[in-house]
Amino acid sequence: MTTTDLVTVANRRSLDRSRLKRLFTRPEIGALVAAIAVLVFFSVYTGQFFSLPGAGVWLESASTFGIMAVAVALLMIGGEFDLSSGVMTGFTALIVGVLTTHYGLNIWVAVVIALIVALGVGALNGYLVMKTGLPSFIVTLGTFFVLAGIDLALTKVITGQVSIQGMTQVPLYDSIQPVFGSSVEIGGGNFYVSVLWWVAVTVVATWVLLRTRAGNWIFAVGGAQTAARQIGVPVLKTKIGLFMTTAGAGWLVGMISLFRTSTVQANTGVGQEFIYIICAVVGGCLLTGGFGSAIGAALGALIYGMTFQGITFAQWDTNWLRTFLGAMLLGAVFLNHWVRIRAGGGSR
Amino acid sequence: MSTEAPAAAPQTPTASAVPLIEARDIGKRYGSVRALGGVSTVVKAGEVTCVLGDNGAGKSTFIKILAGSHQQSDGELLIDGTPTHFSSPRAALDAGIATVYQDLAVVPLMPVWRNFFLGSEPTTGAGPFRKLDVKQMKATTFTELDNMGIRLRDVDQPIGTLSGGERQCVAIARAVYFGARVLILDEPTAALGVKQSGVVLRYIARARDRGLGVVFITHNPHHAYPIGDRFMLLQRGESLGTFPKSEISLEELTGMMAGGAELETLAHELARSGGSAAEVARELRAEVDALPTDTASAQSPAESPAAAAASAEPDAR
Repeated sequence: MTTTDLVTVANRRSLDRSRLKRLFTRPEIGALVAAIAVLVFFSVYTGQFFSLPGAGVWLESASTFGIMAVAVALLMIGGEFDLSSGVMTGFTALIVGVLTTHYGLNIWVAVVIALIVALGVGALNGYLVMKTGLPSFIVTLGTFFVLAGIDLALTKVITGQVSIQGMTQVPLYDSIQPVFGSSVEIGGGNFYVSVLWWVAVTVVATWVLLRTRAGNWIFAVGGAQTAARQIGVPVLKTKIGLFMTTAGAGWLVGMISLFRTSTVQANTGVGQEFIYIICAVVGGCLLTGGFGSAIGAALGALIYGMTFQGITFAQWDTNWLRTFLGAMLLGAVFLNHWVRIRAGGGSR
Repeated sequence: MSTEAPAAAPQTPTASAVPLIEARDIGKRYGSVRALGGVSTVVKAGEVTCVLGDNGAGKSTFIKILAGSHQQSDGELLIDGTPTHFSSPRAALDAGIATVYQDLAVVPLMPVWRNFFLGSEPTTGAGPFRKLDVKQMKATTFTELDNMGIRLRDVDQPIGTLSGGERQCVAIARAVYFGARVLILDEPTAALGVKQSGVVLRYIARARDRGLGVVFITHNPHHAYPIGDRFMLLQRGESLGTFPKSEISLEELTGMMAGGAELETLAHELARSGGSAAEVARELRAEVDALPTDTASAQSPAESPAAAAASAEPDAR
C-alpha cells in the first residue's frame, strides 16, 4: 500500500496540469462563451438591454424555456427525446383551467391533479419507448399530436371556446398565484418568481447528474444502454424517471404561464419542444446521448431569452430570431461533434 | 455484493485444494439439438484454464453456462465441490464468478472512475442528500488500476480515450475489486493487435497471481499457450479433451486447433478437381504434412486415407 501511496503523490502534479485542459472539454463551455458574447453585443448595441428593467424582461423570457431545457437535457443525456414536452405546458394549464372555471374544483386540488396526469403521461411515454423499443422521437411525436388534439377539441367541447377565461374569479386563486406567477420590483425592473424556479431546477438537476447514483445511471443508459444493463444499472427505472421528469417540468412551466397571465390558449406550447432541444444542444448535450450538462442547457435558454428580447430592443424584425437559433444549433452541433471525437466515444 | 468489498483474499494454489469450478461431462441441448456435449474440465485458484475452439465450436455456450445465462441440461457443474445450477447471471456473480464480455460493458464517454463503479456506486450521507462518495471512488479506481499495473494519468478521462487493451484491463480490475474468485474472459485478445494482446495477457497473469481462477476463452493458441495451465479444446460442440500444459506442446495444440484432418480432406478434394486448384492443394498438403502426425491423424474422418492410422476420435465428423 505504501508504494501505491507514493505513486499517487507523484502523479498529483500531472493531475493538476490536466485540470485546465479538462475545463475546456466541459460540455457547457461553448454555451458560456456564446452567452457572454450575446450579452456584450446587445448591451453595446441597445441602451435598455444592460439595465435592471431590461434584465427583468430577458430573464423572465429565459426562465420558462430554461426549466424545460434543463429537463429535456437530462432526458437527452439519457439518450431519449420528448416531443410532447412543449404541448405538455399547455395541457396541464388547460386541465387546471377547465377543472376550476368549468367544474368549480378547488384550485389546489386541480393543480395537484394536473401534476399527477402529467407524470402519468410521462411514465406512459417512457414505458412505451422501453417496451416497444421504438425510437422515442416517434413515440413522443404520437403523444404530442394526441395531446395537441385533446387540448383543442376537448377544451372547445367543454367550454365552447379555445381559451380559458375568468381564472382570476376562481376562489383561492390569490392563495396559489404568488407561488408560480408573482414578481418583485427591483430598481424599476420586474423580476418574476419563475427565475427562482429556473435556478432551483438547474441546481437540483446538476447535483443529481454529477453527485448521485441516479446521475451516473442517466449518463450510462444514454451512453451505452446494453453495457449499462449488463453491469446492473436499472435501465427501465432510469428512463421512465427521465420521461416523468420532463413531464413534471412541463407541468411547472404550465402553472407558471397560467398564473402569470391568468389565461391559457388551447394551442399553448405547440412548437416549443424544438426550442427546448435547441437550448439543450447549444448547452452541450449530444443528440446521441451520454454527454451534456444541466448548467449548459440553462445557459442555452439564457442565450435564447437574451436574443429574443435583444432583437426586440434593437427593433429588428423578430423573425430573425429563428435564423439565429438555427445558426446557433448548427454551430453547437459541430462543436459537440468535435468534442465527442476527442473524447473517443465511438459507438453508442 | 457490498460496494466496500475488497478483493477476495488471495488463496494459495495447492494441488489438493477443491477446484473452484469443476465441470463433469456437461452438455446443453435445445430441444433435440445438441449444442454442447461431454465437456469436463476444472478451474483452480491461481491457475488459468484455456478454452479453445473455432467459431461455432460451443465456446460461448460453455461460458454462458458458467456465467449463469444458460443452464446445463446434461452433466454436473460443481462450485467449490457442490453441484450447482445457476438460475441467473446474478447468482453466478454472487458465487464469485465474474464474466468480462467482449464488449466489456463500459460506457465510452464516461470517466474511468464512474465506469469502474457503475451499478455499484458507494454513497455517503442519508435520505435525499445521499451522494456519491466521489473522493473514495476516484482514489480506489486509481489504486486498483495501479495494483494491476495500469498507470493512468487521470482517472477523470473518458474511458473511450483508453486503448482497447487498457479498457479490457479496467474491466478485469473492476471484476477483481468486486470480489470475483473466478474470472471468465470472453475472447479478450480477439480485437487487439499484437502489442495490446501482450498487455492484456500480462494482466491476466496478474489476476492469476492474485489467486483468482481464470477461464480464458480464445481461438488463438499462441495467446493461450504461454499463460494457460490446462487447455480444453472444443470442436463442433464436442470436447476434444482437457490437457495439462505438461502433456501438450504448442505445436500439438495448434495442430488440433487448425483441424489438421480437415485441411487434409480439403487438400484431397481440391486435388481431385485439378486445374488451378491443384496448386492450392499441394500447398495445403505440404502444410498438413508439416503438422505433427499424431495429432493430425488423431481426428481424421473415416474417408481419409490417414484414418487407417489409429483413430482416437471416431466422432470428429
